[in-house]
Amino acid sequence: MANGRNAGDQDFAATDSPAPDIRAGRLPSEQYRINFDDAVLPLERQTALVEANRCYFCYDAPCMEACPTGIDIPGFIRKITTENTAGAALRIYEQNIFGGSCARVCPTEILCEQACVRNAEDGNPIRIGLLQRYATDHGTPANEHPFRRAAATGKRIAVVGGGPAGLACAHRLAMLGHAVTIFEAQPHLGGLNATGIAEYKVPHDYAGREIDFILGIGGITVQTSTVLGRDIFLSSLRRDYDAVFLGIGLAAVKSLDCEGEDLAGVFNAVNYIAQIRLAKDFATLPIGRRVVVIGGGNTAIDAAVQARRLGAEEVTLVYRRGPEAMSATGHEQSFAKENGVIVRHWAQPLRLEGHGGHVRQAVFEYTRLDADGRLTGTGETFALAADMVFKAIGQVFLPDPLREDGRDLLVLKNGRIAANAEGRTSLDNVWAGGDCVAGDQDLTVAAVQAGKVAALSIDVAMRQKAAA
Amino acid sequence: MADLSINFAGIKAPNPFWLASAPPTDKAYNVVRAFKAGWGGVVWKTLGEDGPPVVNASSRYGALSYKGNRIAGLNNIELITDRPLEVNLQEIKQVKRDWPDRALVVSLMVPCTEDAWKEILKRVEETEADGVELNFGCPHGMSERGMGAAVGQVPDYVEMVTRWCKQHSRMPVIVKLTPNVTNILGPARAAVRGGADAVSLINTVNSIMAIDLDQMAPMPTVDGKGTHGGYCGPAVKPIALNMVAEIARDPECNKIPISGIGGIESWHDAAEYIALDAGSVQVCTAAMHYGFRIVDDMVDGLQRWMDAKGYRSIGEFRGKAVPNVTAWQYLNLNYQIVAEIDQDKCIKCGLCHIACEDTSHQAIRAERVEGARKYFVVNEDCVGCNLCMHVCPVDGCISMKRVDDGKTSLNWTQHPNNPMRHAAE
Repeated sequence: MANGRNAGDQDFAATDSPAPDIRAGRLPSEQYRINFDDAVLPLERQTALVEANRCYFCYDAPCMEACPTGIDIPGFIRKITTENTAGAALRIYEQNIFGGSCARVCPTEILCEQACVRNAEDGNPIRIGLLQRYATDHGTPANEHPFRRAAATGKRIAVVGGGPAGLACAHRLAMLGHAVTIFEAQPHLGGLNATGIAEYKVPHDYAGREIDFILGIGGITVQTSTVLGRDIFLSSLRRDYDAVFLGIGLAAVKSLDCEGEDLAGVFNAVNYIAQIRLAKDFATLPIGRRVVVIGGGNTAIDAAVQARRLGAEEVTLVYRRGPEAMSATGHEQSFAKENGVIVRHWAQPLRLEGHGGHVRQAVFEYTRLDADGRLTGTGETFALAADMVFKAIGQVFLPDPLREDGRDLLVLKNGRIAANAEGRTSLDNVWAGGDCVAGDQDLTVAAVQAGKVAALSIDVAMRQKAAA
Repeated sequence: MADLSINFAGIKAPNPFWLASAPPTDKAYNVVRAFKAGWGGVVWKTLGEDGPPVVNASSRYGALSYKGNRIAGLNNIELITDRPLEVNLQEIKQVKRDWPDRALVVSLMVPCTEDAWKEILKRVEETEADGVELNFGCPHGMSERGMGAAVGQVPDYVEMVTRWCKQHSRMPVIVKLTPNVTNILGPARAAVRGGADAVSLINTVNSIMAIDLDQMAPMPTVDGKGTHGGYCGPAVKPIALNMVAEIARDPECNKIPISGIGGIESWHDAAEYIALDAGSVQVCTAAMHYGFRIVDDMVDGLQRWMDAKGYRSIGEFRGKAVPNVTAWQYLNLNYQIVAEIDQDKCIKCGLCHIACEDTSHQAIRAERVEGARKYFVVNEDCVGCNLCMHVCPVDGCISMKRVDDGKTSLNWTQHPNNPMRHAAE
């Protein structure tokens, strides 16, 4: 790796022209199709049957407990073994209507598959994620929704945010007989599941097709390009609807707080990933020859790997702590390395330097833990030549849409909405779930569970209200 | 190395592994390949009387897959050889000449008349084959024509035909028995009375392999219809072992040599048959599944196991398990075992608990100790049934521990609860 200390900036100064090298179409067109197709191949029937039969059908199965949505994993796997694939899919959807996406994007190695009893036996857990994908791919009815709606309750619920939390909540509410309106700020539904995850995890517009499937339950009205705090307001929603669910996610990206962050060529990784997900033709996406990604989560990995797969020659991911502190799983970290991403630990961005208003290199300071265990810079630096820099150090909750007449309508906690285990907020008819709530894991599957749990709580409240 | 050679009812072979009369032994081509691979002998696929050969159907096998494993059981609706008698006889003669050290037995099935048997025996004898095996077992196609199992199910016929064969031939006569009877001792004793030199068992079990739920027809399906066939393969081994043991310990069968057949695919399977007094074993399904090369490990594995146990020849362990096969009423009812779970090996699958809780004696409790799953045996409630040990997926995790004093033995014939106890004495 030509990445020794201070090597990068010397090379750059000696050999490079001042103009950044950013262009589209770096690869032969056929290569894009391969690079952005399924990174993990689905199981074929025979392989799925053999894998499913490896499952011990545990009683009180630890995997179920490890699934944030509590899917009956042994139950659906057993149905695969009997080739009752439609029954298997239904068993998954009963708990997780995003079962198809979760099968693809869940970090199963730290959830269900980590809990599999086979780890204790031979370190070879059942590939639950792949089996879930097999069941949902092959067992989802083509032209009809697998669930029927309960009798109409006459209650109207507003769901703000059409990401996994909002859609899961809306689906469950509709199933229980309520009339739901989803307000989504973007022109499209799906939230981070549609635009915030690497294309090769959910190719072929799977997320879009899944949303159509979810809405197939009926009883859900969708209003896109409708922004809370601009087009709609919490106080009026509370007045006009029987209940409100907020699944508004994290609207802002953390800032690096360093010089040069506003240079051209510096991007929020989340936005760039969204650009890839919404692209009709990957060959039209401009990418730098040398790319630097700053951050240690799955977003950083998704940005770095996709930069490579768009043809970037050198992609370096820089994280300020060691590998064990990265929120990206071990599996994701090795995947990045397999894709030729150079991963550098223990360095924090000091400044971004440019030429003609465009970023040309990123200067980092080495870090270490001091005697008290706090992260501190060592004073030594190195620079990496960069045509593009992606910021992926996390997203933050923006409370502004919940502020009316100069005051916060909801109690916040740790900078996000405070909600109890049922998703109830500080306001009696407002529930919240997903990334916008304090304490949730920032995972699709956790957001789905939060939406489902809130829907059940809303349903109980609505029925109590009706009975009173 | 242990000596695997056998002398089975006067038929010598370098090892006890023979291919059973079936498709793998239908032609010289196959048999020569088998001998090259190391098989100790073959029973040539059943010959019928001279004349127009039988005709076989297309689609002849049905198979049972179990949890992703192919051919846990196999059934077939193929008949006896469909090649002309003379071709088979010439090939048999040539193969025997080329492979004099291997056992070559010829399976026969002709109509139930003395002349028919006399005629074919004479022609087989001219090939210098080592012996004949009377196919009284084939359960489909031929039985409807008064042959195969139609003979094997009637002890009088078995005895009669066996006697003819002994009268009209100097070759050793092996009678192949059908398992499709209520008591295997009926036909086995008949064979002994008729003068048989040996019996071989089991032939295939009457079976419908599966129903094709789209065609609503049995499998294998021949143009929309199916018929019962003969079941074989690993699934039938326990049935065969029991029948072999019945004959081995029956005084009237008088220690008649037994060629064991049914689900043998490894040296281990073979050793079990031999322990029940089989003098040779016959294999078909495993060879049809994997090819003749499987005999390599059968020979090698059996030799190594015999060396490890100190058995120098097959005869040294043949029949050694027979004295320990007894009737239920002679089992020691004072013997008590209880399950013991090795907590270090337990992977917390809960299968022992749910099996015992739902279907047995509620003797395995499920608890959470500081959040962690723990399964433990309630000794007072455990009857020592072994179910938990069988459902546990981890080798050696659940074992059965003896808890009685090991001093006194009490069987049902002696038990105070047995109302017939005094009558029996």
